[in-house]
Amino acid sequence: MSKDVGVSAIDTDALLRTILRDVLGLDPAQVARFDADTGLFGALPELDSMAVAGLLTEMEDRLYIIIDDDEVDGELLETYGNLLAFAKAKRA
Amino acid sequence: MAGPEDAQPVLIVPALFEEANRTRRLLAQTMRALAERGIGSVLPDLPGCNESRSRLENQNLASWRASMAAAAQHFGTSRVLSLRVGAILAPPDLPGWWLEPLGGAAALRHLVRTRLVAAKEAGQPEQSDALMAQGRSSGLQVAGYRLSAAMVRDLEGSDMPTPGPGVAILALADVGGSALWLRSEPGEDADMAEALAATIARGMA
Repeated sequence: MSKDVGVSAIDTDALLRTILRDVLGLDPAQVARFDADTGLFGALPELDSMAVAGLLTEMEDRLYIIIDDDEVDGELLETYGNLLAFAKAKRA
Repeated sequence: MAGPEDAQPVLIVPALFEEANRTRRLLAQTMRALAERGIGSVLPDLPGCNESRSRLENQNLASWRASMAAAAQHFGTSRVLSLRVGAILAPPDLPGWWLEPLGGAAALRHLVRTRLVAAKEAGQPEQSDALMAQGRSSGLQVAGYRLSAAMVRDLEGSDMPTPGPGVAILALADVGGSALWLRSEPGEDADMAEALAATIARGMA
């Protein structure tokens, strides 16, 4: 897939759910139920530090963004809402 | 080693470090699925990994590449299947399949990031620039693995390799699989193993 208008037009929310599903091996129905307040790091046993690194790398690859390591803190991964807001801001 | 021993086995170059652990069962399933199709395969340990008696901190990309080339020669193999960053170790003259390949620099970045996340979680944050500088000069301990300074420098300078004419790049979608190498627990995927074996069998027919 190349970086073009078609890709960036794809809904960030849908892409982020797909990434979470693929990286963490979560049930699609579970991921579909995520809302802004759903807890991630510390709440999902699948999300350990290895998985966080994988999640960030996949977000970079699939959302065409660069994530600086300084931007990664507990708050970013606290809830799905926080992560989605970050991804949207990065893609804007 | 699996399957008939009289034919040329497919050389399997595994993923590295934690990704190798997480894809071990997938590769074992793939080897069995290949054997059912009459195709032999061999999965050597990289020097310093798994049951190898060499020390990981004595390895660099050249020693790993030499070991894979020696394995290809020893087993008389003519095809290679590599996983992830294993693509940078695959004998470049061998045709075959690279599943979701990536370069050494990307793999190293992932490892360093893992350490950064773990350090932050432990309340003792580290800086990636400082870690990389330390790694280049005296080696790096990442995710339980001790990498030599040479290995850190080699990985950092390793881009995604250019596949030779006989190499097919396989994406996850091509084999209907999921990214087992990213999971926190090792998993398995029989359907993905079957699809991989079928792809290889078609290519060898």
